[in-house]
Amino acid sequence: MSIQENNQLLRFTTAGSVDDGKSTLIGRLLYDSKSIFEDQIEQVKASSEKKGFDYVDLSLLTDGLKSEREQGITIDVAYRYFATPKRKFIIADTPGHIQYTRNMVTGASTANLAIILVDARKGLLEQTYRHSFIASLLKIPHVVVCVNKMDLVDYSEEVYNRIVQDYEGFSSKLDIKDVQFVPISALKGDNVVERSKNMPWYEGSTLLYHLEHVHIASDINHIDCRFPVQMVIRPHTLEHQDFRGYAGRIEGGIFKPGDEVKVLPSGFSSRIKSIELNGEPIAEAFSPMSVTMTLEDEIDISRGDMIVRPNNQPEVTQDLEVMICWMNQRSLQPRTKMILKHTTKECQAMVKEIQYKVDVNTLHRIEGIGEIGMNDIARISIRTAQPVFMDGYRRNRQTGSIILIDPNTNETVGAGMII
Amino acid sequence: MRAYYLPHLKELEAEAIFVIREVVAQFERPALLFSGGKDSIVLSHLAKKAFYPAKIPFPLIHIDTGHNFPETIAFRDALVEKLGVQLIMGSVQESIDKGRVREETGVNASRNALQTVTLLDTLEEYKIDAAMGGARRDEEKARAKERFFSHRDEFGQWDPKNQRPELWNLFNGRKHMGEHFRVFPISNWTEMDVWQYILKEQIELPSLYFSHERDCIVRDGVILAHSEYITLKPEEKVERMVVRYRTCGDMPITGAVLSEANTLEMIIEEVATTRTTERGTRADDKRGETAMEDRKKQGYF
Ligand SMILES: Nc1nc2c(ncn2[C@@H]2O[C@H](COP(=O)(O)OP(=O)(O)O)[C@@H](O)[C@H]2O)c(=O)[nH]1
Ligand SMILES: [Mg+2]
Repeated sequence: MSIQENNQLLRFTTAGSVDDGKSTLIGRLLYDSKSIFEDQIEQVKASSEKKGFDYVDLSLLTDGLKSEREQGITIDVAYRYFATPKRKFIIADTPGHIQYTRNMVTGASTANLAIILVDARKGLLEQTYRHSFIASLLKIPHVVVCVNKMDLVDYSEEVYNRIVQDYEGFSSKLDIKDVQFVPISALKGDNVVERSKNMPWYEGSTLLYHLEHVHIASDINHIDCRFPVQMVIRPHTLEHQDFRGYAGRIEGGIFKPGDEVKVLPSGFSSRIKSIELNGEPIAEAFSPMSVTMTLEDEIDISRGDMIVRPNNQPEVTQDLEVMICWMNQRSLQPRTKMILKHTTKECQAMVKEIQYKVDVNTLHRIEGIGEIGMNDIARISIRTAQPVFMDGYRRNRQTGSIILIDPNTNETVGAGMII
Repeated sequence: MRAYYLPHLKELEAEAIFVIREVVAQFERPALLFSGGKDSIVLSHLAKKAFYPAKIPFPLIHIDTGHNFPETIAFRDALVEKLGVQLIMGSVQESIDKGRVREETGVNASRNALQTVTLLDTLEEYKIDAAMGGARRDEEKARAKERFFSHRDEFGQWDPKNQRPELWNLFNGRKHMGEHFRVFPISNWTEMDVWQYILKEQIELPSLYFSHERDCIVRDGVILAHSEYITLKPEEKVERMVVRYRTCGDMPITGAVLSEANTLEMIIEEVATTRTTERGTRADDKRGETAMEDRKKQGYF
């Protein structure tokens, strides 16, 4: 465990079909980076023995809930943490079945990087295509394809090269910026944390080395200034009588005191008087900082408004074209009324039209469909009751994403990426 | 060129503050569950930062089991005074007296499970619709699947299989009458992050966390403070030990560790080399492999 305090945080997700070794790999990363405590490993050893295994089943470290351990599969997103002297990591461990596409989308929404596992014996499967498609749809900036279970194919370079070739052929059709490949054995530990002696032909870095060094600082949008207002802070004390601060999180660009700004939707202009947190001034505020901003002029601003720069504004519209991942048992039909959440804004919305559904295994478009069901990914048109201030998801994952809420059940039913 | 990125503690702080502000924006009567432990102390520090120069716009709730360390109570009262916030207390003793719950008996008796009833009663009495807590996902495997915004039905129960998906930083706090939310702003922090943050921000802690001498007994491998709430078994004897606490729960069930660490730096050094989880020192989690999951479903913290 690391005791550095100025490390970067890397959030990654793991995807693979059932039994490709996701849980084992995560267990291995935690174990080899010494992030597992003795009492946890004792529990896992005891459970492994009880099940009659002759090895320590590292996957038991992460398969959390009772019903999962009974069925031996992962059914929900579980978050894991570990740190090395270089970085701190948050893993979103998501299950691979098609019925859990929604969990994968959830895990992917906050990830900087996706690990896609491929069983060396089986090569690319439908699931591999699906997981890669989701990674590209959710614009995860970095993908690492781990060819796992190399121990079961005699650590063969040919097997590995063929899988790499196959993957490169197919991923050229996807929109993924950075793809790396690593041959590993999660069970034995080859090339996960320690360099493998069994694969001298592999010259790349180990998985952990890559996770520690992949360049993530420039994945954040530092160009388009976006500050969605979460709430207004008014102390009503003698000491701070006239204080009126706008609390929120910077979702793009770099804001500085003195900058000229424009407030949406009112269109009023002003200048930034101060940016602070806890009374301490901040010279430059950028994503994902949470700050309190004050302006030179008294303007009526409330939650859901957005502060931007006059020369770089988001699109203000009531018509959205969205790729949606449907997450609910009840299917979606056109003309259904929903609640839409976008940054700090919430408003009524209606799904006007379903353009097409994507076959997540072949990437083919299926047109002329009447409804979309659980785990479907589709392109839809939405009309909102009020204007939203949006960017394309491609340009900004925060100001380009929405969720849909069913007003009757209050459940989150859809996750959308604005085109 | 300057690199525009946040170090991990700053990023975690920004995330927690965003979540706390979302709670105030989305709910009518939020509250912060204050246990007196370091996680809820960090949470109240974050809440102060989130709304400065305004005061924290919600009360702290403390569920008093009647078995608390006196140090915890003194610390709580001083903090409430300093922050200028309202303190709501729920008393387990009162729940027992009113017949809402029955006290466990025997040498391993604990009031831990009883707290759930008092907590739910208190939330109902004050019509709290969002109760923030300092639980972290790295503490325990059932907690690893918690959401930031965790929905509870009208019985206060958690349904792990039917949780709302949580995407980007869009938190859905919509609910029906009678339902409420538990919110965990420091979900993504580890024990190490909490300690490093306490050091960086120079946050004050109860003296229990630092090395001190105390009368203790050892029960099932756990070092417990000797107190009026403990019934000695015949073979047990009281010893003077140099200890500190890694968590602050109830006196009869919270285990101490032998430690000389009396500064934050020494504690961090110790945390970095310790090989057991902090909850490993709590007798309540030793009641079975799924003890936490089962209690959480009932409405526990
Ligand atoms: N031989 C071998 N077996 C592995 C490897 N990785 C995982 N396994 C085994 O594959 C099975 C499924 O692994 P698990 O981690 O549960 O897969 P998940 O369903 O993707 O989480 C288990 O029996 C593992 O022990 C590997 O690298 N080599
Ligand atoms: Mg698994």
